[in-house]
Parts: sequence; structure tokens; C-alpha cells
Amino acid sequence: MTTRRRGVRVLVVHALLWSYAAVAFGPLLLVAIGSFRTNADILRQPVGLPESLTLDNYLRAWETASISTYFANSLLVTVGAVALCVAVSATAAYALSRWRFRGRALLAAFFLSGLMIPAKLGLLPVFYMYLSMGLIDTRPGLMLLYAASGVPFSIFVIMGFMRGLPTGLEEAARLDGANEGRLFVSIALPLMRPALAVVTVFQFAPTWNDFFYPLVLLRSDAKYTVPVGLTRFFGEFATDRATLFAGLVIALVPLALVFALATKQIIAGLTAGMSR
Amino acid sequence: MTAGRLGPARYRAGYRAGYRAGYRAGRTSPAWIAAFCLPALVLYGVFVVVPLVTALYYGLFRWEGIRRGEFAGLGNYLEVLTRYPLNQEIPAALWHNVLFFAGTMAIQNTVGLGLAVLLYRNPRGKRFLQTIFSLPYLISPLIVGYVWSLLLSPTFGPINFLLRAAGLESWARPWLGAPDTALPVLVLVNAWQWIGGPMLIFLAALGGIPRELEEAAAMDGASPFRAFWSVRFPLLMPAVGVITVLTFIGCFNLFDLVYALGGSDGGPGGAMDVLGLLYYRTAFEGGTNAIGESSALAIMIFILVFGASAVLERFLRRREVTS
Repeated sequence: MTTRRRGVRVLVVHALLWSYAAVAFGPLLLVAIGSFRTNADILRQPVGLPESLTLDNYLRAWETASISTYFANSLLVTVGAVALCVAVSATAAYALSRWRFRGRALLAAFFLSGLMIPAKLGLLPVFYMYLSMGLIDTRPGLMLLYAASGVPFSIFVIMGFMRGLPTGLEEAARLDGANEGRLFVSIALPLMRPALAVVTVFQFAPTWNDFFYPLVLLRSDAKYTVPVGLTRFFGEFATDRATLFAGLVIALVPLALVFALATKQIIAGLTAGMSR
Repeated sequence: MTAGRLGPARYRAGYRAGYRAGYRAGRTSPAWIAAFCLPALVLYGVFVVVPLVTALYYGLFRWEGIRRGEFAGLGNYLEVLTRYPLNQEIPAALWHNVLFFAGTMAIQNTVGLGLAVLLYRNPRGKRFLQTIFSLPYLISPLIVGYVWSLLLSPTFGPINFLLRAAGLESWARPWLGAPDTALPVLVLVNAWQWIGGPMLIFLAALGGIPRELEEAAAMDGASPFRAFWSVRFPLLMPAVGVITVLTFIGCFNLFDLVYALGGSDGGPGGAMDVLGLLYYRTAFEGGTNAIGESSALAIMIFILVFGASAVLERFLRRREVTS
């Protein structure tokens, strides 16, 4: 009796879990399938399978709708911003967690307070600052902004990680006469790798996805990143569902790759806030 | 992360050891400190902190286009709160933010907890399912908005198509076009995207609770529900705290998703207008004193978010139970 009741319970639990899986994945599947169908077909029958596998939609989105340009811009801005952010955060977090100096606690608090600041509210001053610095409508301008807004989270994660690392290796190297720069590069940096991976993944996604800054700071179509490009694309191809679906899939590819390669880091990053 | 796997005691010991090592090696020279800290400080200072401080300064003056006028003190703040249409748009947008926060806590975080508990008890297929559940997490909110606006579109959208096919003709409606369904749909779409966050945080927290505790409760004759509510849930308070603060901050950062679902006016009759959108409109689609007004608005939102999350954090921290 009890085993049967348990069996029923397990069945119910699995039914619940898998039906939510359908809710989570269904919409993405509809978009993916839609991207291979013809537009007329989609308008006639919103849910259905493609009649024949065609890549026409992808070609149209990639070339005619210039998603290829947006894609290259996004890649450049994202990679540059993440690299800069990780580099400056790693050195600062190392200094803050390994050296003792005056103002250390204050400096750490200054960086970490950024975790609770809605940085987007500084957009208007950023706009006028960029106007006077000649950074409006430039990709480096965006890059700097993203790198800067990623600093608090990156320092938070790397510092948390450094605290759990023993200092034995560093002390040994110091006794051997290595200077601070050498210590950081040859000892600390390799040890920090798991934290750097978390930070990279976590900066990559929001930077790739951001829409707010380029909406305001970019002006020429040739410099648009994928999200701003998509708003334009949605205006132009409003009635062409099939091409829209293909464009959305292209925009999703890099993130799907990141997700597939770094699920472990993503879970670690999500739970980083717990280990304070 | 490693820090999480080490117990609190070892974690603190490592922290102290780090300090001692710094001591023993003597003082690190100021040149090294500067070389390591300055790049991050300059970057963060110039591009994040200075703009926010500048907004405070901008808000104290009247502006004509981009020309600074006379000192206005709190004049812009008063104007924003009393002059039509902002004096009606601000309370409306704030109310939508509050409703959105409440709805997200009730739906996203509760369902997230439920999924975490179900997954925790049934390890079979756990990895696969948790990946599927959190997949939308990485997608740009803008894309999520576009995907759902296509799915929900009145005549050619698959959702209404499926409802009609299932014989629920009367349920099919212009979901995003009607003021009374727009905000609930916004909460649901947002929850669909972010549910993986609370779920993974709750899963990690559940994994940290010793099984013996619940077994002991079961031996004392507590029902599974009672055992969860009285034994596990109190131990999940730190996770609840983190999630509440994250939800709160995220709620006031809401922009992309609403923009994609309802445009910069916030959907039908402004039913989805939120503070983030209102700030954007005031700053970039506003009148001659746009700089003054939007800066005042920005500072008020800033104080609200920063203040409330600090209070929230303190309050939730006090209610924590340590295992």
C-alpha cells in the first residue's frame, strides 16, 4: 500500500516537473521551428511543422537585415568589455583580499556598494559626458561603460573566492624572492581561474543582451549591437514572422553556446551570494 | 564555488590567514597598491559613480535644453511631483512597480521554491530539468519580450491559436493589448525568464540543510508539510533574503522587457508603465527642462531602491536562523 502510494506520488511529481519543462522550453521550440517555415505557412497555421527544411529565412535575416553587422559589433563590444572588466577586477580583488593597507575596508565597501546601485540611472550624465569626450556613437564608449558596471559584481565574486584560498603558496614564493607582480601572475591568477570563469560567464550574458545603453548612446546603424539592431529589424520585418524567428535564433546562438559550455559556472555564480 | 563548500569556520580561518600573510610580508609598497587598485577604481569611479553624482548636481538646476539655468534647489523635485502629467505618471508607474514586485514574489519565487523542492526530492533527471528550467535566464529580456509578443499576438499568435483549437474560443484575447491583462502577462513572462534564479538558489540552500533534521521531525510524527514548514523553511531564510533583495533591485531595473512588450509608453493606456520607462521618457523624450526633471526623478528612484534594499536586507538578516 505504502509503496503504491509512493509510486503515485513520484508519478505526480514527475508530471509536474515535465509539464513545467514544456512551459519553459515550448516557446523556444516554437521559435526554432518557426525559423525553418515559410511566412505564409506560419500565418495560416501558427503552430505546426515545417513543410521542407529551408535556410532562406536565415540568409535573409543575416544579409538583408544586416544581422551579421550587429553580430560582429556585439561580439567586439562584449569580448572587449568582459576582458577589461575581469582584468581590472582581478587585480583589485587580489589587492583587497591579500594586502593590508589604510583605506582597504573603505575601498572594498565603495566597490561593493555598487551591487545595490541601479547604475542605469546615471545614463543621462553619461550621455552628456560622452558627448563632450567624443564617445557618443562609438563602440569603445560602450565597452568602457559595460566594463565599469561589471566591476562590483566581479570584485565581490573574486574576493569571496580568494578568502577561501590558503596563502601558503604565495608565502613560499615570497620567501623565494618573487615580487608582488610576479606573485600575482604566476601564483594567484592560476588559482583564481574558477572565479574568473564565473565572472566571465556572468558578465558576458548581460553585456551581450543589453539594450538600454546602445539605444541611447549609438546612432549609426553600422555600429548597432544585436539588441538595438533587433528593434530596427522588428520594425522593418514586422509582418515577416519567419525572418523574425530566424533573426531571434541567430541572436540566441552565442548565449546557448555559453550556457552549454558553462552550466557549472552559472550555477556557481547564482549561488555566490549565498556564501557570504 | 569553493568558498561555499568550505564550512564557515574554515572560511573565516582562511580570511584571517590572508590577513596574517599580509602582515608578515610587511607593508606592500603604495606603488603596488596603486597599480593593482587604481584601474578598477578609475573605471568604476568615472563611468558609474561620477554620473550618479552628476545626476544629483544636474537635478539642482533648471535647464533649457542643454544650457544650465539658475539654481533651483529642490524646485525640480517639487515640479516633478506636482506638475501634470508627471504628477500622475509617477504614482502610476511606482504602483505598477509595486504590483510587479508583489506578483513576482508570489508567482516566480513561490513556483521557483516549489520546483526546487520537487527537484531536490527526485534526483532523477535533475541536471537536465534544472538546465531546461533556467534556459530562458540567459536570453536578453528584449528578445524574450519580442518572442512573447509574437506568441501572444491576437490573430496569428500560437497561444490564441492553441486556445481556439482547444475549444476555449472565449479565452483567446489580445493579451498585451488590453489594460487589464497586460500587467499580469508582464509578470508571467518575466517569471518565465527568471525562474531559474530562485530555483537554483533554493536548490543550493536545500542541499546545505542536514537531512537528519527532517528525519528527526518525521520521527516525532510531523507530517511532511509540517516538517517542511517548521524545519526546512526557517533554514531557507537566508536564501529567501537574497532572492527578495535581488527581485526588488531587478524590479526597478525593469526596462527592456516592457519596452519590447509595450513600447516606450508602457502598453495600452500605460498599463505596464514602470519607473525605468518613465525615466527614459522624461530624459530623452521630455521638454526643455528634461535634464533637471529626469535627474530629480533618477535621484528619487535611486534613494528609494538603495534605501529600501538596505532596509530589506537588514530586516531579513535579523530573521535568519543558523543551522
